[in-house]
Amino acid sequence: MLSRAADSLYWMSRYMERAENTARLLDVSYRMSLTATDAYSQQTQWEPALVVAGCEAPFKETGKKIDARNVIEYLALAADNPSSIRSALWMARENARAMRTQITTEMWEALNATWLEMRAFDYAKIEAMGLRAFFDWVKERSHLFRGVGYGTMTRDAAYRFVRVGTFLERADATARLLDVKYHVLLPSTRDVGGAVDYYQWGALLRSVSAFQAYRRLYRDAIVPRRVAELLVLREDMPRSLRSCFRELTRLLDELREMFGRDYVSARLADQMYNRLRFETIDNINKQGLHEFLTEVVENNAEIGKAIAKDFGLDF
Amino acid sequence: MRQTQSSAGAAFDEMSAADGAVRAAYAELAGWLERMPASQTDAKRREADLLFRRLGITFAVYGEGGDPERLIPFDLIPRVITGREWEALSEGLVQRVRALNAFLYDVYHGMNIVRAGKIPKDLVVANSQYRPEMIGVALPGNVYTHIAGIDVVRVSENQFYVLEDNARTPSGVSYMLENREAMMRLFPELFSANRVRPVGHYPDELLKSLRSLPPENCLNKDEPTVVVMTPGAYNSAYFEHVFLAEQMGVELVEGQDMFVDDGFVYMRTVAGPKRVDTIYRRLDDAFIDPAAFNPESVLGVRGLFDAYRRGNVNLANAVGTGVADDKSVYPYVPEMVRFYLGEEPKLANVPTYTLRNKDDLKYALEHLPELVVKEVHGSGGYGMLVGPKSTKAEIEDFRQRILANPDNYIAQPTLALSTCPTFVDEGVAPRHVDLRPYLLVGKDVKLVPGGLTRVALRAGSLVVNSSQGGGTKDTWVLEE
Repeated sequence: MLSRAADSLYWMSRYMERAENTARLLDVSYRMSLTATDAYSQQTQWEPALVVAGCEAPFKETGKKIDARNVIEYLALAADNPSSIRSALWMARENARAMRTQITTEMWEALNATWLEMRAFDYAKIEAMGLRAFFDWVKERSHLFRGVGYGTMTRDAAYRFVRVGTFLERADATARLLDVKYHVLLPSTRDVGGAVDYYQWGALLRSVSAFQAYRRLYRDAIVPRRVAELLVLREDMPRSLRSCFRELTRLLDELREMFGRDYVSARLADQMYNRLRFETIDNINKQGLHEFLTEVVENNAEIGKAIAKDFGLDF
Repeated sequence: MRQTQSSAGAAFDEMSAADGAVRAAYAELAGWLERMPASQTDAKRREADLLFRRLGITFAVYGEGGDPERLIPFDLIPRVITGREWEALSEGLVQRVRALNAFLYDVYHGMNIVRAGKIPKDLVVANSQYRPEMIGVALPGNVYTHIAGIDVVRVSENQFYVLEDNARTPSGVSYMLENREAMMRLFPELFSANRVRPVGHYPDELLKSLRSLPPENCLNKDEPTVVVMTPGAYNSAYFEHVFLAEQMGVELVEGQDMFVDDGFVYMRTVAGPKRVDTIYRRLDDAFIDPAAFNPESVLGVRGLFDAYRRGNVNLANAVGTGVADDKSVYPYVPEMVRFYLGEEPKLANVPTYTLRNKDDLKYALEHLPELVVKEVHGSGGYGMLVGPKSTKAEIEDFRQRILANPDNYIAQPTLALSTCPTFVDEGVAPRHVDLRPYLLVGKDVKLVPGGLTRVALRAGSLVVNSSQGGGTKDTWVLEE
């Protein structure tokens, strides 16, 4: 298999997953903004979304005011923002186009149709359909793409590169999403544990499709410690860090066996997975959740670099 | 459904004789056409369109505005060739491609044909397609044009002419295969009523042929690693590159996927570098290696040509084959057959006036309204004059262009190309066709029965090129 093919497949699924996670990020920000009190300005409400998406600096360069419309427009629709949902869907489709022989016709059709629909959206249109409906649409298209790939691809190296892209991107997104709460400044410590706090943690859970899971698993009020535990350490939560790293470790291991080579990326992923297996949430909180999540995001970047090196993607 | 027009003028109609009687080879088809209700043909034509769109069988036309991804119109009525006709035709084609290869070997090894006075020296060495870098280079099997497309037209019951040779990177074979696939899906009943010889094994034959000529220094000569090399997704024939690689089960590579190390060619794979033995390259000589040819090329591989010369990799087609399919060289191909093979040509050339010759030029200028004039280096139906179809102004304009540079042109009588019944807006009508069979030259010469039939869809038009509004048909060679 050509390195360029692996590269395209890996980025195709990373971009699709990125589009989905940006939609989730906007969804949680939007939900949080609906429960805002007077103490929250639009600025404090929407700035975290930019920070978490890594788009704070380029947004500032546009000179626009931070408010709901401008941030949503920038993160969802802006063609000149390489991190927007629109750009991610375009890049996913272009990577697929470059390697159409490596994916199934159904996958191509799912990606291509998504892009063709995306191309027609502007702010007026997504406002008219409802912002939440738009975020749901992005998530659905991503579910469809992933499901079609899962249901139609032969289980070869190509399939594994697609999945590696998905889980590395997801691990990154979950860490960043969980961190959004850290960046939402509370007006005063008095509010911690209060109603606003409850809704915000709830919004976070919903944005990663974990609200019901939380209720079922804990049968308890929403408390930050458990939300963090759920999204970091639970192996049975499909978007948790531990679950992502279990998949990554397994996939990279299978590639190792397939090609009979040793990979730095496999070792790094395995180290992280083992840490997550034996870590406790109290321990993480002692270090500081934000510090821990920052470390995970940095580690993900290292794994990304190692993957590029291991499979010759960085030519 | 009845034909709405009788045969176009004096042209030979492949389905019906002059008295209207249907020829034996078309008997089944004529009945089928007769029985088919108009509503069904419309439905089937739409179905065929959808099929081709879905399969992504498109070709790209840039620079003309509109959607660059176009479908080549596909005509539902097949073109039929009898087994006997095919045997005669293929013998002539095999003979011709052997002569072309012998010529190519000769022009890079001694130029016996020039020394024998059979072809002017400057036509060879001053030809822009001649590659002096290839002089003395030894190639596996002495084969230069591994895949050749020889365009043939028919003017009467027994007269076929070669219109032109394509010895570089002839395209279109994927349409031959997909047209058959489409016909079998749309009208399976036709294939039980007619004994049509299959073409679907072309990719297998192609792979076998490419593998039969491994480079001198190949590690595993029984199973050389073959790749298809494409200039990329923006090439007009990209679909075909994808298709052939997929059908042969080999990698489709771009220049950036390969590199040369210590004189050998490798591709970058996820399991590390893998040595490449034979490259079926679908880009022009000029772009394959910036170190040897066009230094601006970003599509090629630096050092590839050196590896090739050392016998470390084989290229199909070879570098420098363009000198054999140039229109200025075309008039000499029958002479090549006599010179190299000691045989009389079984397939005739169209009588051709070479305008670099004073007498020919004089004749051509006096008869422009009757002639077809072509640029010697042109292709794709661009830069040509079809005298009888042109206005006075167009002819005068072309006359000036010829006078400015007579060497650049050849002229031929306007041929009454044969016609085949074709679906057009008004119903079924005769349209002019040509045929491009594909020859595979490895250890032996192989060709699958048939080829690509191109049809000029405009009434009376003789230009069949897809870039000029031509369509295609499935081509049937019948079992005898």
